[in-house]
Amino acid sequence: MSDPIDPMAEIRASFFVECEELLEALQDGLTELENGDGDPETINVVFRAVHSIKGGAGAFGLEPLVRFAHRYETVLEEVRAHRLAPVGDAIRLFFEAADHLSDLVRACRDDLPTPEASSDALLAELDALLADPEPEETKPVDSPPLGVAIDLPDLDPVEEPKVAAPLPVPPDNMALPFPHWLIRFRPESELYKTGNEPLLLLRQLAQLGECHVDCDITALPALTDLKPEQPYLNWTIQLDGGLDEADIRDVFEFVDGLCDLQIDRVDGPENLPPPGSAAPTLAPKIVDLPRAAPSPPATEVPLATVPHHPDRIDEPHKSSTGATAKSVVRVDLERIERLVNLIGELVINQAMLAQSLDSVDLSPHSDAMNGLEEFQRLTRDIQDSVIMIRAQPVKPLFQRMSRIVREASSAVGKEVRLITEGETTEIDKTVIERLTDPLTHMIRNAIDHGFEDAPTRQAAGKPSEGQLRLSAAHRSGRVVIEVSDDGGGINRARVHQIAVEKGLIPVEAVLSDSEIDNLLFLPGLSTAAKSTDLSGRGVGMDVVRTAIQALGGRISIASEQGKGTAFTLSLPLTLAVLDGMVINVAGETLVLPLNVVIESLSLSHDDVQMLRPGAFLVRVRGDFVPLYDLGAMLGYRAARTDYNQSNALLISLDDDTRAALLIDGIEDQRQVVIKGLDDSFYRAPGIAAATILGDGQIALIIDPGDIIAGSTCPRSTDPGLPEKRARYG
Amino acid sequence: MADHPQEKKLELLTFRVAEQEYSLDIMSVREIRGWTRATPMPHAPSYMRGVINLRGTVLPVMDLALRLNLPSQEANARNVIIVVTLNGSLTGLLVDAVSDIVAMAVDDLHAPPDMATDPHMAVVRALTVINDRMIRVLDLAAVIPNRSDVAA
Repeated sequence: MSDPIDPMAEIRASFFVECEELLEALQDGLTELENGDGDPETINVVFRAVHSIKGGAGAFGLEPLVRFAHRYETVLEEVRAHRLAPVGDAIRLFFEAADHLSDLVRACRDDLPTPEASSDALLAELDALLADPEPEETKPVDSPPLGVAIDLPDLDPVEEPKVAAPLPVPPDNMALPFPHWLIRFRPESELYKTGNEPLLLLRQLAQLGECHVDCDITALPALTDLKPEQPYLNWTIQLDGGLDEADIRDVFEFVDGLCDLQIDRVDGPENLPPPGSAAPTLAPKIVDLPRAAPSPPATEVPLATVPHHPDRIDEPHKSSTGATAKSVVRVDLERIERLVNLIGELVINQAMLAQSLDSVDLSPHSDAMNGLEEFQRLTRDIQDSVIMIRAQPVKPLFQRMSRIVREASSAVGKEVRLITEGETTEIDKTVIERLTDPLTHMIRNAIDHGFEDAPTRQAAGKPSEGQLRLSAAHRSGRVVIEVSDDGGGINRARVHQIAVEKGLIPVEAVLSDSEIDNLLFLPGLSTAAKSTDLSGRGVGMDVVRTAIQALGGRISIASEQGKGTAFTLSLPLTLAVLDGMVINVAGETLVLPLNVVIESLSLSHDDVQMLRPGAFLVRVRGDFVPLYDLGAMLGYRAARTDYNQSNALLISLDDDTRAALLIDGIEDQRQVVIKGLDDSFYRAPGIAAATILGDGQIALIIDPGDIIAGSTCPRSTDPGLPEKRARYG
Repeated sequence: MADHPQEKKLELLTFRVAEQEYSLDIMSVREIRGWTRATPMPHAPSYMRGVINLRGTVLPVMDLALRLNLPSQEANARNVIIVVTLNGSLTGLLVDAVSDIVAMAVDDLHAPPDMATDPHMAVVRALTVINDRMIRVLDLAAVIPNRSDVAA
C-alpha cells in the first residue's frame, strides 16, 4: 500500500503511449505514400516509426512484437532503398501490417495472447514482396556488406572537392587499413541537452568492429572562457571498412539532426589529402577549418551534397525539422478530471464569497470588491484553460476509421477511398472516445449500403472507386462531423415500403423526403436487401442516434438520389460545461440547455388553448405548439390552471419538434459545470445531469427531449414533495 | 486469554432514527455531515430526500426513517447525514443524531429472529446489546435499493 507506482510499470506504460504516437505517425506516413507524396522523408518517417517500436519492444522483451516489427522494417528498408515501389498491393499490405502492428502493441500492452497465426500469414505476404531482389537482402542486418555496397566511386567526384579535401585526416600511423569508413562527428549543443552521451555512441561504434577514435580538442577554450553548455569537442573515427553503412547510421539514429555527421568510405590513400596535412600539424589545422567552429555555412557543406547521392536519401538531416513537433506533456486524464472538479469547487466558492461580501454592504469600489472581480475573471479563465486541456484533435479517431474503411470495404469487395478533412479539429477527449462506436457503425453502414457495386457505379458514370468523406470542423461553438459518401443515395421508395411492412408507419402515410430519410433512425429499420456480416444485424441508426444524443449532440441526414448521402453530427465541444438557462420552477432552480431555447414567451389568457383536458396548446405566431407545465411534469406542484401572466420558453429539439415549457421565471444565463448523477438506484425521468450553483446548492439539468417524450405517459404528482418542503423548507 | 488472536472484531457506528437505535459497520461509513437542504429529484420514491453537494460531487440522500417505515422527524440542525459507501458508490443517509462508536467481537452479534414478512424490509442484519440497550445492525445492501430491484 506504500507506493502503488512501480517504476518499471510506469516506463512500460509510457512506452505504450509512445507506441500510439508512433503508430499514428506510421499511418500518416503510409497515407502520404499512398497519395504519391514524393517527399523522400516520408518513407524515413514510416521506417523510423517501426524501428522505434521494435527498439522499445526489445527493451521490454516483447518477442512477438520485435519479430514482426523487424520483418516489417526489413521490407520498408527495400522501399527506402528504392528497390520496391510503395504502390498497389504493396501499400495495401503495408497498411495491413500497420494495423496488425497496432494489434500486437495492444495485445502486448494488455498482456493478451498475440495473434501469431495472422502474424505469420502477413509476414509471409510481406516476405513475398522481397522475393524478386537478391535473396540475401532480406536479412540486411546479418548480410555481408557487399549487398549494400554503395557506388562510392561515382560519388567521390562530387564529394571530394567540396568536403573531403579540407577535412582533417587522422595520422596514417594510426589509420586502419584501406578501405575503411571515416566518420566525422561533431555534436551540437542540442545533443547534450537531450541527454545523449557521445561516449556511449563511440562505444557502440567500437562494438561494430575495429575502430580508431581521435578527439579534437582544439576548439576547447581556456578554462576561464569555457562555457559548460557549449559543445567544443568533435571526433574523427575510423572504422573497419567491412561494415555496412546502415549499421553505422543506426548507431547515430537517435542523435539525428543533433550533430554534424559525415560518413565516408575511404578506399585508398589516393582519396586522402596529401599526408602533409595529417598527423603532426593536425591540431592547428583544425582550428583554421570552418567546420571546427559552429558557423552556419560550414554545417551546410555536407548537407548540400546530399541531393547528389541517390543512396543517401536517408540522410538524417531532414528529420530534425520534421520531428520538431510542438513539445507536449502527457498527463493522466484522472489528474485533469480532478483539476476540473477543483475548479468547479473554486467557482462555487467564489460565488459564495461574492454573496457574503454582498451582505456586508461594501462600496463597489472598495479593494475587496475589486479583488473579487479580478478573482472572478481569473476563475473563468482557468476554467476555460482546463477545458482546453481536455480537448484533443480528432485525428486518432479518424485514423481508426481509416482502418474500419479498409477492413469493411475489403469484406464486401468494394473499392472505397477515405478522404479525411479537419483532422486537427479539437474536441473533448470524452466526446472523442464515445464517438468511436457510432462513427464505426455509420462508416460500415455507408460502405455496406451506401455505395453501389462497381458495375453499377460505372454504368452511372462514376469512378468505380467510391469516395467516403469524413470531415470535422468547428462551427459556432460546436463541432460538426460529417460522414458523406458518393453512393446511390437513400432509396426512399424502399425505405417507405419497409417502414410500412414493419408497421412503423401507416400504409397511407404521405411523407416528405426528409421525413422518409429520418425513418432510418427508427429502431428496427434495415434497408439492406440481405443482411450482411458487416451491418444489418439489428443494430441500426437508432443506436447511433441514441449515442450521439447521449453526448448532447444532434444528427441529421441529407441524401440525393444517385449522388450520395451525408450524415452530419453536431456535437458540444465538451461534456464538462454547458451553456444553460437557469430557470425557476415551483421554487426549485433548474437548468435548461441553452441550445434548445428559441425564445421566451409571455403568455396571456388568450394564447393558451385546450386540446383536450390536460393537454394545452399555445399559439406562437400562427402556429400551435404543445405547452408543457414543467412544474407539474416534474411533480413539483399541481398543474397550473390560470396561464395569465405566466412565462414559457419556446424550445426546438433536434428533430425540429417544437414545444413550449411553462416556467415560473428566468434567473440567469450562464455556463454551468456538468455533474453526473449517480443513477445506480434511481434515475429521474426528464433529468439529464446536475450542476452546482453559486450558493452551493445543486440544480438539476433538464433533458427537454425526455420531458416531451415522457409526456405521453401520464405521471402523477409526487405527493411527498410539498409535504417534504413544508417540513424541511 | 481474553483476546484470542482469531477473534474477529468490528466497530459499529450507532445512531438514532425516529427514537430507535440503529448501527452500521464503521467500515462502510465515509464521513458524517451536518444537514443541508437537498435538491429534490422529480418522481423519486418518498424516502429519496434528493441530492446534495458533497465537495463537488452529487450525493443522493435518503431519509432513513422513511426508508425503514418509521415516522419521519422534523428536520433540525442536529440532524446529520451519514455518508456511506456501497459497491463503490456513495449515498447519504439522513438520521436524527449519531450516538457513539462501539467496538465489539463479531461473536457478540446475534441473528435477528426470522419474522420479516416483507423481504424488502429485512434490513436488520444482526442484533446486539450495549449497556442493556438493544442495537440493530443494518444491512446496508438491503437498505440502499438497487435500481434493478426497484424496477422488478
